[in-house]
Amino acid sequence: MNTSAVHNPPLLQVIEMTHFFGGLRAVHDYNLTLMPGQIRGLIGPNGAGKTTIFNLITGIHTPTRGRIELEGRNLVGLRPHQIAASGLGRTFQNMLLWRHMTVLEHVRLAHYAQLKYGLAGAFFGSRLRYAEEQRVADNSMRLLETFDVARFADQIVTNLPYGVQRRVEMARAMATEPKVLFLDEPTAGMTPEELVQMIGIIRKIHEEFKVAILLIEHRLKFVMELCERIQTLVFGEVIAEGTPEEIKNNPDVIEAYLGKEEVA
Amino acid sequence: MATQIPQTSTSEHASAGFLPRIGRSLAVVPALGWLIGVLCAVIIEYVIGDTLAVMLYLPKVPALFGTTLVLKEPLLFPSALLFVLLVYALPIGAVARMSAGWTNRAAVALERVPIWLSVLVHLGLLYAVLHVWTEASDYRLQVAKLIMIAVMLTLSINVINGYMGEFSCSHPGFMALGAYASSVFTLLLFKQDRLFGAALLPESLGPYFFPIALVIGGAAAALGALVVAIPSFRTRGDYLAIISLAFMFIVKSAIENIEPIGGPRGMGGQPHWSTLPAVFAGMAICIWIINNFVRSTMGKALNAVRDNEIAADAMTVNTRRTKMVAFMFGAFWAGVAGGFYAHEVRHVTPGSFGIQMLAEVLAMVYFGGLNSVVGSIVGAVSISMISEILKPLQLYKWIIIPLILILVMIFRPTGLVAFRDFDIKRILGARR
Repeated sequence: MNTSAVHNPPLLQVIEMTHFFGGLRAVHDYNLTLMPGQIRGLIGPNGAGKTTIFNLITGIHTPTRGRIELEGRNLVGLRPHQIAASGLGRTFQNMLLWRHMTVLEHVRLAHYAQLKYGLAGAFFGSRLRYAEEQRVADNSMRLLETFDVARFADQIVTNLPYGVQRRVEMARAMATEPKVLFLDEPTAGMTPEELVQMIGIIRKIHEEFKVAILLIEHRLKFVMELCERIQTLVFGEVIAEGTPEEIKNNPDVIEAYLGKEEVA
Repeated sequence: MATQIPQTSTSEHASAGFLPRIGRSLAVVPALGWLIGVLCAVIIEYVIGDTLAVMLYLPKVPALFGTTLVLKEPLLFPSALLFVLLVYALPIGAVARMSAGWTNRAAVALERVPIWLSVLVHLGLLYAVLHVWTEASDYRLQVAKLIMIAVMLTLSINVINGYMGEFSCSHPGFMALGAYASSVFTLLLFKQDRLFGAALLPESLGPYFFPIALVIGGAAAALGALVVAIPSFRTRGDYLAIISLAFMFIVKSAIENIEPIGGPRGMGGQPHWSTLPAVFAGMAICIWIINNFVRSTMGKALNAVRDNEIAADAMTVNTRRTKMVAFMFGAFWAGVAGGFYAHEVRHVTPGSFGIQMLAEVLAMVYFGGLNSVVGSIVGAVSISMISEILKPLQLYKWIIIPLILILVMIFRPTGLVAFRDFDIKRILGARR
């Protein structure tokens, strides 16, 4: 048991979350305690339910059973944009960028919940609106610089290289000012060099923005490098949890992940 | 074939002398210069148009640049062309080019004053142009007003179909709600009428209440839009399109069956309040507000919902509110356009807000370009003009317009000027 868990309240806590898709039990009694500033990993074979867990916590689906609390506040039943605004940012496995929008517009739009000028301000162009839009634009440019994509600011995202799109998506997620960041396979489809870059980027996010990170990943090397603790998910159930070392040597994990030795 | 390619390219080279040179020399003309050029042209037409028409054996001053006339009497083509050249093309080009020096200096000066002042100056000039141009005939006046109403309508449907990407077929319904609600308001209060009896207020007060009538029309349409907006939370794409189509028919049948507002015979006798300045002001305000909205981050949320709703939600965008706003906002302006329309044609029937109008407004928005204020204006003006010009062809009109539309869709699948922001500063700025 992590000793700090006893003294500090957890940032994000998921208790016995279970979800059924019709008759299919996608997630069973999932528990998570994420401390401030922690980086944790969630690994598991395809179809294990990793993304489902993300979707449940971020409100895309509502869990059949269980509790989710961010800083002690209940999240179950809130709409996804409310959950996002309360400090839970995420990226997507297949990125889900907006294909007709520029890089800068992506990051600007993620400030939506922070805007206060209201519809009247938008219709009539109030002074408050221009002040706020300016602040949002400045902040967005700063984020783009942090992720080293500022030179693409006015380009349509779909025209950009894959690695750049990934970074844009992260910049967009960070614009929502999350306390917890969910990264869904941030290295999917990346070359080994890009992978090393991505490790650097995630470290940088972690240090600069002081966010806690939960990471879904396939590549063990990547998870081992970054995460303090790792959960392994198979058929919607956590079969092992521990430090990277413990997970690497856990026979159940090896079996689930790589198959049995004889078979291989 | 291969030998022909260099030939054509050399002939293009030779012609590169004349037309492109004109193009280049006109490229330095700012918007202000063009407006002054056009103003000169319409004044020339106002002063010598009749004389020139007689000299060129034209029956009268051609209403729409001679095009309608030529379709009726093809032999008049040379005269009509000459008229257009002498009255429009040459004066506009010459004045615009010759004044480029000082109009550019003026544009630079206008860049320093607050933007609204610069916009008002340009709008004033544009209004002057329209005013002089429409002096020539009542027909022209009505065409100009209906085109401006079409601009409002197209912009409003672009908010839903373009910016938010839902294929909404309910626009004639919204327009009908606006037309009827505003008509009921004005007939009830200001007109002795067969449906509602004596006027409650003197008619002379009426024009001051016209904006209220329009807002009431818009509000009625916006309320009606809830019928489509609420299902849009749960369903999208084809299914929502069907719901919106159903909405259009519901409105039409409902009006047909409400006898107190005239039933299928419609409602007539509205006061003629859609004057040129009123419609012009309405259009300008409509463009201003819609442009303001779609350029704000709140407005960009519409794009995000269109391109990926789940991502929009995860980035804190309240998607339900966004959809609701888009539908109600779009419907509001359609309702206002309906109010203007009712007070221009002064007789509305439920039949006029049917599938034909839907086809027209969809043609305008897809022809002009989705997700674009400029595109909406281009689409509304060009389709209305084409449809007016082709009137002498009667039924063939409905072969030619769809053909044009198909060609546009093949070569520019999102419309002529899609995804173009309306940047007032750039449009009005100096060209040097």
